[in-house]
Amino acid sequence: MNLLFSFFDWLAGFFGNGENWSGPSGIPMRLLEHLEFSALALALAVLIAIPLGLLIGHTGRGGVIVVISANLARALPTLGLLVMFVLLMGTASSLPVIIPLVLLAVPPILVNTFEGIKGVDPDLRDAAFGMGLRGPQVLGRVSVPVALPLILLGCRLAAIQVVATTTVAAYTGLGGLGRFVIDGFATKDYSSVVGGSVLIVLFALVVQALFALAQRVTVSPGVSRRVKVR
Amino acid sequence: MITFDAVTKRYPDGTVAVDRLDLEAPTGEITVLVGPSGCGKTTSLRMINRMIDATEGRILLDGAPVQDIDPPTLRRGIGYVIQQAGLFPHRKIVDNIATVPHLLGWDKKKARARAMELLERVGLDPGLAGRYPFQLSGGQQQRVGVARALAADPPVLLMDEPFSAVDPIVRTSLQDELLRLQAELNKTIVFVTHDIDEAIKLGDRVAVLRVGGKLAQVADPKTLLSDPADDFVREFLGRDRGIRRLQFISTEGLRLRTDMTGDAAGPWRLVVDADGRPTGWVSRERPDELEPYGTFVRGRDPMRSALDAALLSPSGCAVAVDEDGKVVGVATRETLDEALAEAADG
Repeated sequence: MNLLFSFFDWLAGFFGNGENWSGPSGIPMRLLEHLEFSALALALAVLIAIPLGLLIGHTGRGGVIVVISANLARALPTLGLLVMFVLLMGTASSLPVIIPLVLLAVPPILVNTFEGIKGVDPDLRDAAFGMGLRGPQVLGRVSVPVALPLILLGCRLAAIQVVATTTVAAYTGLGGLGRFVIDGFATKDYSSVVGGSVLIVLFALVVQALFALAQRVTVSPGVSRRVKVR
Repeated sequence: MITFDAVTKRYPDGTVAVDRLDLEAPTGEITVLVGPSGCGKTTSLRMINRMIDATEGRILLDGAPVQDIDPPTLRRGIGYVIQQAGLFPHRKIVDNIATVPHLLGWDKKKARARAMELLERVGLDPGLAGRYPFQLSGGQQQRVGVARALAADPPVLLMDEPFSAVDPIVRTSLQDELLRLQAELNKTIVFVTHDIDEAIKLGDRVAVLRVGGKLAQVADPKTLLSDPADDFVREFLGRDRGIRRLQFISTEGLRLRTDMTGDAAGPWRLVVDADGRPTGWVSRERPDELEPYGTFVRGRDPMRSALDAALLSPSGCAVAVDEDGKVVGVATRETLDEALAEAADG
């Protein structure tokens, strides 16, 4: 009971404090930083992983790259990478943070894109080629729309990981919502720790919701079977 | 016309799928490729639209070697129907049908109008146009597959076991529909099946292939049934070869008795209503009881139907009717027997 009471107390203390809503270490600024790192890392990962996944899935050649990438992702400790890049490159730019985040985000997108395209019904591809579609048309007009749910799933998984890991970036002295948690611990300011955590959770939920929305808008009802069978 | 000129398909591992195939598929006819698994029938079909390239020999499309035509261009001029329909799940039915017109750059309105026309032509409700493939039954999907293949009005249609994944009743209706469509459209159709009954029903010409991709015999269905080239073909045709042959023997010349209606003296009498249509048989022993009867349309239905009708009647006689269903006579065991003896000779 006491703990729960403290939790809301801390929360109220954090969000009720006017100082937390302005300046370079205020909530809006930290939120923006978090968004910036996450979005940039995710965008770069998408630009690398989707074309690569499409190419490998469509041609069926180079599947080994996907396997290696998936295994590396499990083996590499992100925090270690983060620290390593910061030590190597310093904190003058955000690059030492972006690189590990991209490395973290590429595998789920790559693996899911590859699997999605590779998993398209061979009869469907056969029919598409048989109708006279050329290779790129088969990929763009048939395989991608059919594999879209998996491709988006990969992007969503990557986004969640990136958003969560960006929090850790605060360790290296960079901004983002993680600062509230890390600085809070350092100064025993628990309302900052709790408030920051809640913000991070909310942020992750919003990202999830955005992807769910994107899925609804972009995936054909014929694929998601979202229409009623009359 | 499609011509196979000494066509061989050999895979890198040495397997020969098709072995020096010489075959012609005449314009405006249905040529059926039939044979057991591994006879190279699908491979042969897929070499026509270059889904597979021949290793040796040439395939000519109205005299032009297909090898000289860029595959996508070639394929847009050839309708292609496969077993699982292969409809694009993310596209509505109308857009599925309009696939090739879209590829050929037709005006959107025109492509749509054509798709709607075809939807009706293959016997589907135009209301299905806005649905997605998963909302349709297997038989309906297959009809859409046929409509899609016909969309750009190609002179040639390739059909790879298109009806083998649907239940027998739907299959029969799809087969009938294809024959009806073909009577209107006169396409050059190459049809692959492993079902000899389907081959005999649909084919103007039937090519029987044996394992290893060798042509065993090519003939019209009637000749195939009466004169199989060898034991393989005979065995492949199955046991009911004689009965099935009756499918191709006309009832036009069948002798009919016209003295079994009214006050006939025999053990059975056919009762006819005021319009001249049959109502049933009555026997001398039980004159008040109407027994079932079987009919065939003389001249239109084959001998097989006449025999079937006779077997279904307790009187052992088949009632011959005209196109309006009016009785024109009765085929008795004797008259059927004469016709069967004649058929066996011919």
